Amino acid sequence: MSFPWAEHYTPKNPVMKWVDERLPLPRLVYNAVGAGYPVPRNLNYFWNFGVLAGVALTIQLVTGIILAMHYAANAGVAFDSVEHIMRDVNSGWLLRYAHANGASFFFIVVYLHIFRGLFFGSYKAPREMVWLLGVVIFLLMMATAFMGYVLPWGQMSFWGAQVITGLFSAIPVIGEPIHTWLLGGFAPGNASLNRFFSLHYLLPFVIAGVIVLHIWSLHIPGSSNPTGVEVKGPQDTVPFHPYYTAKDGFGLGIFLILFALVLFFAPNSMGHPDNYIAANPLSTPAHIVPEWYFWPFYAILRAFTMDLTIPFTGLVIIPAKLLGVLAMFASILLLFFLSWIDTSPVRSGKYRPLFKKFFVLLVIDVLVLGYCGGAPAEEPYVMISQLAAAYYFAHFLIILPIIASIERPDPLPGSITEAVLAKSKNKNDAVDAAPAAAAAE
Amino acid sequence: MVRFLGGLVGLFFAGMLLLSFIWGAVSYVSDPPAATAEHEFHLHPRQIAWSFNGPLGKYDNAQLQRGFQVYSEVCSACHSLHQVSFRSLADLGYNEAEIKAIAKARQVPAVDPNTGEATTREGVPSDKFPLVYPNDVAAAAANNNAIPPDLSLMAKARHDGANYIHSLLTGFSEQPAELLRKFPDAKTPEGLHYNPYFANLNLAMAPPLTAEGQVTYGEGQPKPTVDQMAQDVSAFLMWTAEPKMEARKSTGIGVLIFLIFGTVLAYLSYQNIWAGKEH
Repeated sequence: MSFPWAEHYTPKNPVMKWVDERLPLPRLVYNAVGAGYPVPRNLNYFWNFGVLAGVALTIQLVTGIILAMHYAANAGVAFDSVEHIMRDVNSGWLLRYAHANGASFFFIVVYLHIFRGLFFGSYKAPREMVWLLGVVIFLLMMATAFMGYVLPWGQMSFWGAQVITGLFSAIPVIGEPIHTWLLGGFAPGNASLNRFFSLHYLLPFVIAGVIVLHIWSLHIPGSSNPTGVEVKGPQDTVPFHPYYTAKDGFGLGIFLILFALVLFFAPNSMGHPDNYIAANPLSTPAHIVPEWYFWPFYAILRAFTMDLTIPFTGLVIIPAKLLGVLAMFASILLLFFLSWIDTSPVRSGKYRPLFKKFFVLLVIDVLVLGYCGGAPAEEPYVMISQLAAAYYFAHFLIILPIIASIERPDPLPGSITEAVLAKSKNKNDAVDAAPAAAAAE
Repeated sequence: MVRFLGGLVGLFFAGMLLLSFIWGAVSYVSDPPAATAEHEFHLHPRQIAWSFNGPLGKYDNAQLQRGFQVYSEVCSACHSLHQVSFRSLADLGYNEAEIKAIAKARQVPAVDPNTGEATTREGVPSDKFPLVYPNDVAAAAANNNAIPPDLSLMAKARHDGANYIHSLLTGFSEQPAELLRKFPDAKTPEGLHYNPYFANLNLAMAPPLTAEGQVTYGEGQPKPTVDQMAQDVSAFLMWTAEPKMEARKSTGIGVLIFLIFGTVLAYLSYQNIWAGKEH
C-alpha cells in the first residue's frame, strides 16, 4: 500500500480474481494485513498490542451484543436483569464476566499500546495523524466504558454516574443546565440509564470506524519500529503475513491465557463489591471510586484542593472543583499536542539517554496516580497525588520540550538491517567469547 | 507557539498543585487529622479454609444444605433472598420432591383469580424466594429504621465476602474498654450492637446466632456450634451469590488447557516462520 516495493496483489484463484475485479476487497485485505504490507523486520513484542486491542474490541462487541439481548435498560429492573443473565441465561455468567473483564483487558492492552507509542516516539512525524486518531479512540473508549459501568445499576453505577456527570456542573453559569440535560433529570434515573445504554451500544461502532482511519493513516508511512529509523529499502522489511500474523498469533495466545485466568478464576477481582448492591439514591457509598482504568485521572481530578483566588482579596477566580475538572480533561487533551511539544528529531527512546530516565519516572508517576485515585480521598493520598499530578503536567508540558532542546542523542544505526545485524553479531560474539575466555584460563 | 502555550498551562497546573500540596502539608502538620475509632478498631475478616477456595475448589453440598437450614430457621425471619429461585436448590443436592416441599412451605404473592385482589399462594419450584416485607418502609418500620438487606448477593457485595459474613456473625462483642477510653464519644448507641468487623463498628442487627444447638442438624453432621452455623450459612450465601462457580472453574480449566496447547503451537509456528530471518 505504502512502499514502492510492496508486493502487488495478483489473485491466483479465479473466484478471487472475479471478486477483485468487481470489488477490490481481497486487495484491501492483502494490502492491510497480508503479504502486501511490508513491515520493519525488527518489531519487538510491544508491537503486538495494537492487534490485541482490536481483538479486545471484538470480544466486547460480540459479548455485548448478546448481553443486550437479555439486559433490560430500565431503572426498575436493570439490576435484576443482570442477575437474570448471571443465573438463568445459558452461559450468561460467562458472557457477563467476559464483557466486564474484557473492558479491563481492553484498557490494559491500550495503555501498553499508548506507552509503547510514548517511548518509541510513534507520535512523531510522519505519524501524527495515527497518534491523533489514537487519542480520539482512547477518549471514545473512556466514554463507552463509563456508560457501560452505569448499566448494571448497582451502587457504584449510580454514584459513579452522579459524580462524573456532576463534573459538568462545575462549569460556570451553563454547568447546571448541561448537567441536567446530560442526565435527563436532576439525578441519575431512568432517562439517564436509557440514553447511556443507547450510546454504549453506538460508540463501539464509532470506535471501530475510527480504528479503520487509525490503521489507514498508519499504512501511509508504514509501521514505526524500535530503532525509530525509517525503512530504507526492501531488506529492512518483511511481509506482514506470514511474519507478523505468526508473531501476533503467539501474542494473542498469551493474552487469552491471562484473560482466561482472570475471567474464570478471579472474575470479580477488578470490580468493586458495592456494584453488587442495587442502586439506592438514598444511601451514598463510603468511597465512590470509578473502575481502575480511570484511577489516574480521578486522582488528578481530586488533587486540586485550593481555589484560584486573587491574593489578599479572597475573590475566587476559579474554584478548586472546576480546576480539577479542567486539569483532568487537560491531562488527556494534551496528548493531542504531543507531536508538536516533543521536537526531538530522534524518535526512539532507546537513543535518548535523558528522555529514557524521565520516561521511567512518568511510568512510575502514572502508577502512583492510579494507586492514589483508587484510595479514599484522605491524607496522605491527596498530598501524594498532588505531587504526582504536578509531575504529570510538568513532564509533558515543560520537561519534554526542554529535553528535546538540551539532549545529546546516542548515535543512530544507519538502517534497520544494520541494527539487526549488529544485535545478532553481538549475540554471536558473546557465544564465541565464552569458550575463548574459558580456554584462556 | 504550541510549546509556549503548553508550557504556560503546565506551569499553571503544576503550580496550583504544588500550592495545594504545600497548603495541605501545612495543615496536615499543624492540624493532623484526628484518629477515629473506625480506623483503629475495625478488623479485617478472619480467613477460613473454605472448600470452594482455590482454582479447583468446589462447594460442599452437605455444608450448603446445613447453611440453607440456618438461613431458613434464623436469617429468613428478616432477610430475603429474592434473586434465588427454589428450583436452583437442586444444585445443593435436593431432589424434586424436596424442592417442591420447600417451595410449598412458603407463601408467594399472587392475585386472587375470583376477585382480582392481591393475595398469596403456596410457592412452586419456579418461584423465587419471596420478600420478607412487602416494601422497604415496612422493613424499616419493623426493624428500628434499619432495613435488613437482601442476602442473595451479600457474599459478593462485601470485600472478602464469605469470610466477612462468618467473621461478622461470630464477631459481636462488648465494646473494648480501650476504645471507650480513647474515644469516649464512640460509645455504641442504644439499639445498635458493637462488631469490629462492621465498617462503622456499630450494627443494627442483634447477634443472630447465640447458642450452640440453635439449629438442629441432621444425623452425621457436625455439632451445630455458633462458629459451625456461621461457617455453614456463609458458605450457603457464597453459593447464592455465585451459583455458577463450579461450572465457571471447570470451564476455565478446559479453556486454559486448550489455550496453552494453542499457544505452544503458535509459538512453534512463529519460530518456524522466522527461522533464519534475523530480527
